[in-house]
Amino acid sequence: MMTSLEHPGYPQDGLLRLEEKLLCRESQVSLLLSLFGEPHQYSYPSIFIYGHTTTGKTYVMQTVLAELELPHAFVSCVECFTSRMLFEHILNKLQSYVTSSEISQSLYISCDSFSDFVRLFKQLISHQDLKNQTFYIVLDKAEQLREMEANLLPGFLRLQEMTDANVTVIFLTEIVWEKLHPNMGCFEPLILYFPDYSKVELQKILSHDHPSEYSAEFYAAYINILLGVFYTVCRDLKELKHLAAINFAKFCEPVTKDEATESDTRKLWKNIEPHLKTAMQTVYLREISSSQWEKLQQEDREAGQLKGLSAYAHVELPYYSKFLLIAGYLASYNPARTDRRFFVKHHGKIKKTKFLKKHEKTNNHLLGPKPFPLDRLLAIFYSIVDSRIAPTANIFSQISSLVALQLLTLVGHDDQLDGPKYKCAVSLDFIRAVARTVSFDLIRYLYDFL
Amino acid sequence: MSKRRTKETSLTLGECISQVQDILRKRFCLQKLNGRPFGMESQHKHLLELLKRTAIQGESNSILIVGPRGAGKTMLLNDVLNALLEVKQVRENVLEVHLNGLLQTDDKIALKEITRQLQLENVVGDKVFGSFAENLAFLLEALKKGNRSSSRPVIFILDEFDLFAHHKNQTLLYNLFDISQSAQTPVAVIGLTCRLDVLQLLEKRVKSRFSHRQIHLLNSFNFQQYLKIFEEQLTLPEDFPDRRFSQEWNQNCQSLSKDQTVKDVLKKQFNSSKDLRSLHILLMLALSQVTVSNPFITSVALLEAYRVRSMDSKANLLHGLSVLEICLVIAMKHLNDIYEGEPFNFEMVHNEFQKFIQRKAQAIHNFEKPVIMKAFEHLQQLELIKPVDGPATRIQKEYQLTKLLLDSNQIMDGLQKYPHCPTDLRQWASSSLG
Repeated sequence: MMTSLEHPGYPQDGLLRLEEKLLCRESQVSLLLSLFGEPHQYSYPSIFIYGHTTTGKTYVMQTVLAELELPHAFVSCVECFTSRMLFEHILNKLQSYVTSSEISQSLYISCDSFSDFVRLFKQLISHQDLKNQTFYIVLDKAEQLREMEANLLPGFLRLQEMTDANVTVIFLTEIVWEKLHPNMGCFEPLILYFPDYSKVELQKILSHDHPSEYSAEFYAAYINILLGVFYTVCRDLKELKHLAAINFAKFCEPVTKDEATESDTRKLWKNIEPHLKTAMQTVYLREISSSQWEKLQQEDREAGQLKGLSAYAHVELPYYSKFLLIAGYLASYNPARTDRRFFVKHHGKIKKTKFLKKHEKTNNHLLGPKPFPLDRLLAIFYSIVDSRIAPTANIFSQISSLVALQLLTLVGHDDQLDGPKYKCAVSLDFIRAVARTVSFDLIRYLYDFL
Repeated sequence: MSKRRTKETSLTLGECISQVQDILRKRFCLQKLNGRPFGMESQHKHLLELLKRTAIQGESNSILIVGPRGAGKTMLLNDVLNALLEVKQVRENVLEVHLNGLLQTDDKIALKEITRQLQLENVVGDKVFGSFAENLAFLLEALKKGNRSSSRPVIFILDEFDLFAHHKNQTLLYNLFDISQSAQTPVAVIGLTCRLDVLQLLEKRVKSRFSHRQIHLLNSFNFQQYLKIFEEQLTLPEDFPDRRFSQEWNQNCQSLSKDQTVKDVLKKQFNSSKDLRSLHILLMLALSQVTVSNPFITSVALLEAYRVRSMDSKANLLHGLSVLEICLVIAMKHLNDIYEGEPFNFEMVHNEFQKFIQRKAQAIHNFEKPVIMKAFEHLQQLELIKPVDGPATRIQKEYQLTKLLLDSNQIMDGLQKYPHCPTDLRQWASSSLG
């Protein structure tokens, strides 16, 4: 079988294996290999590859370098987050290629500064074992280099010039080059783009690893249904693969229970589609873990009975705390001038002009909670609670415990002169649930719902 | 692989191509030119004379070479140094010290590097010095060997000179310039930098010791000269083993430089950036397409290389977003249009999206709020939107103010190229009402 990749200097069987392993990425691999040239030829000093997550940048790079047995050092900048770790990782990897017979030389090299790195690198790379082949340094998640020292990125971009050696540095990242390049200018790398997979390509890749018990067409039909539900929301290959794997058992259920055959697509679709919809709200959002999901499927329960992560955010509060929280919410989302209308028993006539239909932007639920002083909170609290309560330390301590639970947040400094200011940090759904438990009609008191 | 035997010479086509790739790659990647860099004759002469005076007559000098990135500062310097080392007396006597602002980030590291390059580590040994100046003076004294009364001249080359000006107290610069003024050892200090305002970075005492000599390398060639440079860069040298092939190749290059499509591409490239480095990237991409089956560079390859170079990277990212994420981007675009660029938060975007769903869409059905939040966070991860305050403030994430880092035109262009874009979406994007 003739491979479509024509690259002198690389073994044919290596190229064939690459073609099998890297689906839908032939043109990118071809471009990379043609840029690399033959193993001893020089390549451009730095190459910058960007593209969406899971478009195969890391996978293609690692596979190409491993299959064709090119000397390389692969570094993840998330793992080696200081310059020292980065330098030492690369130098020790390089050392592992050059130490052939002398075992005593395989001591761990330690390196502190970029200056030492270049010096040690020059010493190692001139070794005979490398046979003048290009050494590749691949920096994955290169956007982390922005957080590290400022001389690393410009330095690595021109490493070939500084070490005077046959080395190429490849940067892999999701972020575009304009955001990474330093202000003072630098050696511009060759920029390549890894395009995202189209729907057809996604189908091809996902159907590639079908379990052996079922036919390829059966699995392809399943993938088709899965993509139909999830493609508009998510095109991330990793997520889709995961969803495909954990939902397949449910899909095969009618077949295993002999209720339908493999080709009975409509019945299979009816069975799986609601299931996938609930998967979008739970497993896709990581509300429940994958193992819980699989257990759920086996026991054939309703998904609604299972408590997702956000269900655990609901906390049982004492009676007055609930009212304090409701008062906090009302104080945050109602403007202060409307308090009189809502909370004073006999407010008399209020001019209509103050309550003109507001411009949509000032809908407070879109803008977020506003800070309010403690006095206002207590005033509203006393107004909405039926019974008479004295302002004891009990009430105040409940306010501090609400702050500790992060249902209210303290705004600004602990300034004794002005008194503390708070903001309410819960969502409308949460507070409605709380208000329902104490039979309080929340909507009637909210300015935005007038 | 097909190999075709040529009639006269002994090299096969595959080997020819391999040789061509070798030579041209060295030229583009290592910047090894086949001759004098273009248009720098006067600067070359000036620098060479200066260095000759230091090396032969023992006069101390300092000079700065200033020019934008890729203008040829390092190339000029290497050329001059090579010419200088052809003189026998210079070769035996003169020492070179190369320092780089990116590598030697501290004056201590710089001093260690100087010691190492002058090969005086044994001499220094374990001595402890009181100050930087003492250390440097000791090093230069140690260069006086045997019964020579005068010291060997040293040429200090400081790459990324402006970074040295950010060191504490600028001690290295002060001491180097001080020595160049005080005639103890003949020293030449050459700084290379891309900043035109580099003198303003120097402290007063450092600036006064500097001789204020500058060589400016501004890419001052016009388009006709650029075309000639293009042809020169691709031409194979005289000593190429297979004469027939090199003649064919050079003829092809000449015809390329007269081809109109190629001229258009080069004109566009010239208008965006004149320097040779960008030209090298273009040529590298075209060269990588040269294989045994198409052994010459074609105009199509150059066109394709230019297309790869000039892609808009954010538009590419837009192409890969899911439909829900594109909807959010369009909602943000509308918010920007209505409120003239004021930052928005997730709740507002969600509100816009809901209005669209209720009014128009049949193709896109409604999603739960957490699913939409996940899409929003994905956009944040790609840095297409950015929070205004920074992540440290304690605001709920739905209410954190963010701004969109995409232009309205970019979004519309991206939508044109978006695969299987629902028509509702396109109409919503181009409608001017909310």
